[in-house]
Amino acid sequence: MFVLEVGSVLTIGLILAVVIVVAAMLIWVERRLLSFWQERLGPNRVGWFGLLQVVADMIKIFTKEDWIPPFADRFSFVIAPAIIMSVVLLSFAVIPFAPNIGVVDSNVGVLFILAMASLGAYSVMLGGLSSDNKYALLGSLRAAAQMVSYEVFMGISLLGVVALSGSFNLRVIVEAQADGWYVIPQFAGFVIFLIAGIAESHRLPFDIPEAEQEICSGYHTEYSGMKFGMFFVAEYIGLVLVSSLITVLFFGGWLGPSFLPPIIWFAIKSSMFIAFFILLRAAIPRPRYDQLMNYGWLFLLPVSLLNLLVTGAIILSTQ
Amino acid sequence: MMILFYLAAAIAVISTVAVIVQTNIVHALIYLILSLLAVAVIFYVLGAPFAALLEAIVYAGAIMVLFLFVIMMLNLGQHSREEERSWMTMKVWIAPSIMAAVLLAQLVNVLSQYEHELAPVRVGVPEVSALLFGPYVLAVELASILLLAGLVAAYHLAKTK
Amino acid sequence: MYTLIKDTLLSQVRTLWMVFLKIFTKADTVEYPDVQPYMFPRWRGRIILSRDPDGEERCVACNLCAVACPVDCIALQKAETEDGRWYPEFFRINFSRCIMCGFCEEACPTNAIQLTPDFEMAEYARQDMVWEKEDLLIDGTGKYHDYNYYRVAGKQIAGKDKGEALNEAPPVDVRSLLP
Repeated sequence: MFVLEVGSVLTIGLILAVVIVVAAMLIWVERRLLSFWQERLGPNRVGWFGLLQVVADMIKIFTKEDWIPPFADRFSFVIAPAIIMSVVLLSFAVIPFAPNIGVVDSNVGVLFILAMASLGAYSVMLGGLSSDNKYALLGSLRAAAQMVSYEVFMGISLLGVVALSGSFNLRVIVEAQADGWYVIPQFAGFVIFLIAGIAESHRLPFDIPEAEQEICSGYHTEYSGMKFGMFFVAEYIGLVLVSSLITVLFFGGWLGPSFLPPIIWFAIKSSMFIAFFILLRAAIPRPRYDQLMNYGWLFLLPVSLLNLLVTGAIILSTQ
Repeated sequence: MMILFYLAAAIAVISTVAVIVQTNIVHALIYLILSLLAVAVIFYVLGAPFAALLEAIVYAGAIMVLFLFVIMMLNLGQHSREEERSWMTMKVWIAPSIMAAVLLAQLVNVLSQYEHELAPVRVGVPEVSALLFGPYVLAVELASILLLAGLVAAYHLAKTK
Repeated sequence: MYTLIKDTLLSQVRTLWMVFLKIFTKADTVEYPDVQPYMFPRWRGRIILSRDPDGEERCVACNLCAVACPVDCIALQKAETEDGRWYPEFFRINFSRCIMCGFCEEACPTNAIQLTPDFEMAEYARQDMVWEKEDLLIDGTGKYHDYNYYRVAGKQIAGKDKGEALNEAPPVDVRSLLP
C-alpha cells in the first residue's frame, strides 16, 4: 500500500500533492519568466528570489471575503469552480509519470482525458451563466464555442498517435516510442494538439473567454476569494496537464538516457513545454474571436483529418 | 462492483426524476448531465469502458454543451420558471405514470422470467471497432453520409445569411 | 502559399524567438527602495514653510497661496505679533488633495512656501495626510538663502522703522515744502 507503484496510496497522494504544489508554484514561475522576457524583474521580494510569493498570494486568496452576488444563481455559481478543479485533477489519473508512478493503468486513457476536457466546458459555462453579468455571459459563450470546437481537433490530432501505437493506453503509447518519438512521424498532429491544448486550457494567446482587456476576465468576473482561486489554480493545473500530455504522446514520456531516473526525464520534458507556453503568452497577441473560429474549422480541421488519413494509409501500406 | 452499479443506478434514477421535477431549466440540465454521467459509470461497471467514455464525451460533453449554449442565448428568467411551475399540476402526471407503470411491469416480468449472466462481458475498444467496421460497416457509412449532409447544409445556411 | 506561410507561421516563430532572446538582456527595473533615484532640486514634492536667515518665519499670512491653489488644499489664518510682524496663526495643507502643481510657490511674495524633492508621504489614515504648521515649518531657509522679507520691504516693525530697509529711500515728509 505504501510503496511507489501504480495505484498505491502513497503514489496517489504524492501525485496529488506534487501537481497542486507545482501548479501553485507556476504562478510565481510564470510571473518571473514573463518579466524576464519583458525586461523586468518580476516578484523578487517575498522570500528567496520571491519564491514565497505563492504563499503570500495563497494567504491573501484564502482570507478574502468569499462573496456570492445576490443576483447569482447560487447552485450553479458554487459548483462551477468545483467542476473544473475536479475535472483537471481527475485527468491526472491516467497520466503515466514513470514506469512505477501513476494512478491507474487504463486501457482508455486518451478517451478519459478527452472526456474530462469536454466536461471542463461546463465549469466555464455555468460560471458565466450563473453570474448573471453580461461580461461573464459573453465570456462563457466564447468559452463554450471555443472549447467545443477545439475538442474536435484535439481528439482528431491524437488519433494519429493512437493509430501508430495501436492503443488508447498512455503507458503503451509511451513504451511504443522506445525506438523513436512520435513527434517526428506525427509532427502535424503535434502542432495541432499543441494549439488545441492551449485553446482548451484557455491560456494566452487563446484566452478569449477571459480576455481581461475586452470583457474584464470573462466568466469569472463575479468570482472572488477561493472560488476565483480555484479557477485560477485550475488553469495552471491545466497547463501542467497539457504539457505532460504532449510529453507522453509525442516526446516519449519518461523515456531517455538511463543516467537520470525516468521521472526526472518526464519532469524535464514537461517543464520545457510549460516554459514554452509561458513564452507563447509573452510573445503572441490574442486573436479575434472569429479569427480563432475560422482558423480552427477552416484550417486545423482539414489538416488534422488529412494527417489522420495519411497516417492510416502509411500504416496500412507498411503492414 | 455491484455496489458501484447500484449506487450509479440510484444516482441516475434520482437525477432523472430531478430533471423532470426541477423548474429551473439550468438546474434541470445539470441533473441531466449528472444522469448521463451515472449511466456512463454503469457502462464502465458492466465492462464497456469505450461506451462509457463515448457517453461522457458525446452526450455529456458535446450535446449537453449545445443545450446549455442555447439556453444561455434564450435568456430564460423568473417568467419561464413560473410557467414551468404552472404546468406541473397533478393532472399532468397521470398519463405518463400509467405508461411508466406498464413499462415497469413488463421489465419486472422479463427480468423475473429470464436467467441472466451477472458476470459482465468485457467490450473494449477493439471489439467495438471490429463490430462497427465488420458487420455494421454499411450502417456506419450511412450515418456518416447523413452527418456529412448535415454539415454541408449547416455550412450553406451559415454562408448565405 | 509561400506568403501565407511566411506571414502566419514564420512570423509567429520569429516573434517567439526574438522574445525568447530577451531573457539575456538586462532588466530595466530600478529596485526603488533599495536603489534611491536621483531627485532633481527643483522637483515639485512635499511642501514646506521656510524661515528667513534670522530664524523667523517667512510666511506673512497674505493668503495668496491659498487663493492660487487650484484644489483649495491650503488653509491659514492671519495673526500679528506685538512688534508688528504678520504670521499665520495656523497653516494647514491637506496633502490628500494637493496635486503638487507649485502654484503656491509661484504666488508666494516672501519665498516662504516652497516645494522640495521629497515624495515619500504615503499614510495609512487619510486624516494623517493633513499637515499642520508645526509639521510644515522647517528650520532652514530652503532654496533661497539670503532673502528676508522684512529687511527689504517697507513694512514697519519693532527695531526697523520706515525707510530703514535695504535700498529704501527715507519716507517723504508730505507736510514739508522742501523738494
